[in-house]
Amino acid sequence: MSEPRFEPRIVAFFCTWCTYTAADLAGISRMQYAPNVRAIRLMCSGRVDPQFVLAAFRDGADGVLIGGCHPGDCHYQQGNYNALRRFELLRLMLSDFGIEEGRLRLEWISAAEGDKVQRVCNEMTEQVRALGPLRLVRGPRRRPRGTSGQAEAERGPGAVEEAELAPVLEMGGREAR
Amino acid sequence: MLEPESTRPPAPISSNGGPKIGVYVCHCGLNIAGKVDVKAVVEFAASLPHVTVARDYKFMCSDPGQELIQQDLRDGLVNRVVVASCSPLMHETTFRRATAAGGESPSHFQMASIREHVSWVTADGDEATEKAKALVAGAVRRVALHEVLEPRQSPVRPDVMVVGGGIAGIHAALTLADAGKHVYLVERETTIGGHMAKFDKTFPTLDCAACILTPKMSAVRAHPNITLWTFSDVVSVEGFAGDFRVRVRHRPRYVREDLCTGCLACIDACVHKHGKFDDEWNEGLSKRKPIYIPFPQATPPVVVVDRDACIWFKTGKCPRTCVDACERDAFDFEQTETYDEVEVGAIVLATGYRTFEASKMPEYGYGLYPNVYTSLEVERLLNAAGPTNGEIVLRDGSRPRTVGIIHCVGSRDAKHNPWCSKVCCMYSLKLAHMVKERTGAEVYNFYIDMRTPGKGYEEFYDRILKEGVHMVRGRVAGVTDEAASPEEEGHLVIRAEDTLIGSVRRIPVDMVILAVGIEPQPDAQEVRRLFNISCGSEGFFTERHPKLAPVSTFTDGIFLAGACQGPKDIPDSVAQAGAAAAEALAMIDRGHVTLEASTAFIDEAACSGCKTCVGLCPFGAITFDDERRKASVNEVVCKGCGICVGACPSGAAQQHLFTDAQILSEIEGVLEYV
Amino acid sequence: MMATTYTYYPGCSAGGVGRAFTESLYAVFERLGAGLEELEDWNCCGATAWPSVDQRQAYALSARNLALAEDRVPGPGPVDLVASCTGCYRALLKAQKALEAATPTSVRLRDALAAIGLEFTGRARVRHPVDILLNEIGLDRIREAVVRPLTGVRVASYYGCQLVRPFATFDDSRNPTSMDRLVEAVGAEPVDWPLKARCCGGSCYCGGPVIGAMPEATMQLSYALLREASKRGADVVVTICPLCEFNLEGFQDRMAKRFGHPLDMPIGFITQLIGLALGIDERALGIHRLLHWRLPERVPAGEEGGVHARA
Repeated sequence: MSEPRFEPRIVAFFCTWCTYTAADLAGISRMQYAPNVRAIRLMCSGRVDPQFVLAAFRDGADGVLIGGCHPGDCHYQQGNYNALRRFELLRLMLSDFGIEEGRLRLEWISAAEGDKVQRVCNEMTEQVRALGPLRLVRGPRRRPRGTSGQAEAERGPGAVEEAELAPVLEMGGREAR
Repeated sequence: MLEPESTRPPAPISSNGGPKIGVYVCHCGLNIAGKVDVKAVVEFAASLPHVTVARDYKFMCSDPGQELIQQDLRDGLVNRVVVASCSPLMHETTFRRATAAGGESPSHFQMASIREHVSWVTADGDEATEKAKALVAGAVRRVALHEVLEPRQSPVRPDVMVVGGGIAGIHAALTLADAGKHVYLVERETTIGGHMAKFDKTFPTLDCAACILTPKMSAVRAHPNITLWTFSDVVSVEGFAGDFRVRVRHRPRYVREDLCTGCLACIDACVHKHGKFDDEWNEGLSKRKPIYIPFPQATPPVVVVDRDACIWFKTGKCPRTCVDACERDAFDFEQTETYDEVEVGAIVLATGYRTFEASKMPEYGYGLYPNVYTSLEVERLLNAAGPTNGEIVLRDGSRPRTVGIIHCVGSRDAKHNPWCSKVCCMYSLKLAHMVKERTGAEVYNFYIDMRTPGKGYEEFYDRILKEGVHMVRGRVAGVTDEAASPEEEGHLVIRAEDTLIGSVRRIPVDMVILAVGIEPQPDAQEVRRLFNISCGSEGFFTERHPKLAPVSTFTDGIFLAGACQGPKDIPDSVAQAGAAAAEALAMIDRGHVTLEASTAFIDEAACSGCKTCVGLCPFGAITFDDERRKASVNEVVCKGCGICVGACPSGAAQQHLFTDAQILSEIEGVLEYV
Repeated sequence: MMATTYTYYPGCSAGGVGRAFTESLYAVFERLGAGLEELEDWNCCGATAWPSVDQRQAYALSARNLALAEDRVPGPGPVDLVASCTGCYRALLKAQKALEAATPTSVRLRDALAAIGLEFTGRARVRHPVDILLNEIGLDRIREAVVRPLTGVRVASYYGCQLVRPFATFDDSRNPTSMDRLVEAVGAEPVDWPLKARCCGGSCYCGGPVIGAMPEATMQLSYALLREASKRGADVVVTICPLCEFNLEGFQDRMAKRFGHPLDMPIGFITQLIGLALGIDERALGIHRLLHWRLPERVPAGEEGGVHARA
């Protein structure tokens, strides 16, 4: 194969008590899996704000994975149910934007399921690879307040940017990046 | 839904100007450096915004490693620290402490896991290095926005609860009580003692189990600091470390515990002349009456009426000769369940194990052939207080002349339990010795490996070998009554490959003993949910760290002791119980716990009074001021989940250490550069 | 009454060594109101040598049959692919499991199917006739259809090793009872014997004692089965594997000579036994192909009359 393969970049939000611990377990067990998933640790999957998912796609992620405890097992009792509800609404919203099913995934992974982390990361990487890169046309970047000097320089005075999540003009095909 | 448009000021940063980030990339020996190009990560880190220092070192968690950080802090080169090494669950506390020791707020710290999440799981070195860079970038962007947080504390209640009254629970309770703490010992059965009370002798010393256990049981009953609740279980647990509210249910015995002296006259007097119901204590090998005591030294020495078996409860027509026989008028057939609610600072779980159900392996004939027994059944046969007064006899009363003992039943088996149950080789050798001693039979032990690692264990094995027990090294294929030759007629035949001589053997025996393995209690999942801890995939309770924190759990204040955490023998159970008691004591004597740092807070200026958050909190930590139309979070009750934060439409609700700004910058960071 | 037609996978032995099994299977199903339609263009399941050489290629062979079954029977419901030879049953079932798992092998298999324009969607389920008789057609229907209850016939059911291992989808892997329940339903008396699921040595023995791979070992294994069945008082031994049937039946003279124990144990297929109870003509059941077949004297003869002996 002479063409470089498209390597999807997937941002994952893992809850500390279950999924992140499971990912640690996968590490301790030396289970090898695709390097395309970049995990961000939260205390609970219920912390996942829909804007995180949208920001991830906007910032260049080809896929987003949310990992939480199995229903009934949330360390904070019900955070995972909240995550589930938000996920369902996000799915509808994303499909309206034309972002394909398969780019956003929610998985329940318990602290003992290191193998599931391996399997899900591998599966999702292949699934998103098959979908191709998500090429969103970006407007000027919105940055959170009080961030790096680089951002301030870019923004200039006035602070309010017009750009929302720009309408999608091109969707990634199956070509390599 | 995107950026909140509030006028909230930016998060406070360190007083000495903008962020100056130090990035420290650990080699972790070869664990990271063997896969990830650490130098390349350092070089990359140095190019990131606000990074003033980028270093690598072999073992960041070591003293010299931590000193690197502290020196840079003291020299004013950095005021934010990023360590790229193992999991934050491993060393976040270590490095926060190091940051604090260097004079900077410990919350000005972030970790990137490039070991568990990168070097240990990525096959290709280049891909691993790229992923490591991405995670470091995320951490660097995030830490620039971290705030200064003051650690807060809350007091710890002085009492402790121990759940489970086996040898582990007993030892934990006595240790805590001797230290002057008040202990509630809750046991589900009608007596404490657990499995150990069923054994006759214990390995390797062949001490009589009852002789070494009953003094401890009596000590528990007599101890002024222990409230012993038997025939009781925990129904709910609320609160958190240092402040648990536990509701305990007491089941009715229909006999008053404070009046019964354990004279047992009522059992003799029962209208049932003989036992009719399966005696669970004797593993179903004998029958008992509806009124019974499990064994003579049961603690407390109080009888119990089995409601489902008792004629009075079933039909209402019984002369109740038991009541007449009782000199203390201790009967109370009107008893109902009662409840107690107590407040404790720490809880030790010592709920024990159950044995593998041998009927799951029909190839070994349990339940199919009458003279196939489990090890626990044979313990009861051997016990002088058991169904045969200590005699080893077959179902028809005759003595066995050959006995086969099969190791690893249900254990080390992909079809059943993959783990080794740790105690079965030793107890199988013990049973071999005792059976041989009591019956003079030829004894064959069929084993896969002989596991005798403890103190005196190998010597015990040697002794058994010298006593002439036959050892066949081979996993038993099956037990059959098929006789392939006249010598086998009327016997059970054990078929196994004898790997030491390289041939398949058929050994006719009269009695087969199955060394059943140890597995979690059947309700382990319900119990662990009750206490908000986790179970591993095998079902045993999960310790905080398998090597370095074997008695604590991820839920502060809940400790583990004994076989509920994993198969182990009596010495290890006792040791672990002592350790759990010590850690509980440490918590209680310290007097306070440091509260969750990542609590939620509400920026009142941005709060629009929509009340979305109020109902979402699982702990009821959010209240709403109707007059001012603002919500607020009680930071003592807040557990730091962030559910409310994720839901708040105006971004007024935020979470310390996990603000929207911090997470959004981490997202940007992991995607921007690599 | 359900009139279902099942897709049938005959396998290579169906027309040869296992002909009696196939004949009796068709006859019994028809009598019970169920149809069997042979899968068009089926190929070898790869049960024998392939798995030892290249497991994945073996799966691919079986996978084609599964995908064909789905293709032939329009959806959306499940498609039962009935395989009578337990070797084929085991091979096809293994391939089904391999396809269903989310592993690289599964991906390769699906790619291979796609390359020939087929796909496996999970509708195809490999079933064994005993499973269908017990769990789809049902014991009640069988009992109703019995016209000649085989009262007094003591039947030892021989499961062999592949019916319930490695996958025990409809019976227990160590202590199976499905065939015994069918035997009971036709009025006969099932004999419980400890070797009912023990290997007959078939795979070492194929080709017979002359060119088979390990004749002595397999002779011992098969002999042990016959001896034990006889000792437990069995009048006949019924089985569900053409190779087991062949091994148990075909070498009784040699065994008699080798072990000094005269044997004359009737061996047949369970479908033949059931067929007799249902009153189906013996020739249609392939009884004439059996070497030792006879029912004990005390069984009342059916309409055909007489004691059944080898034709």
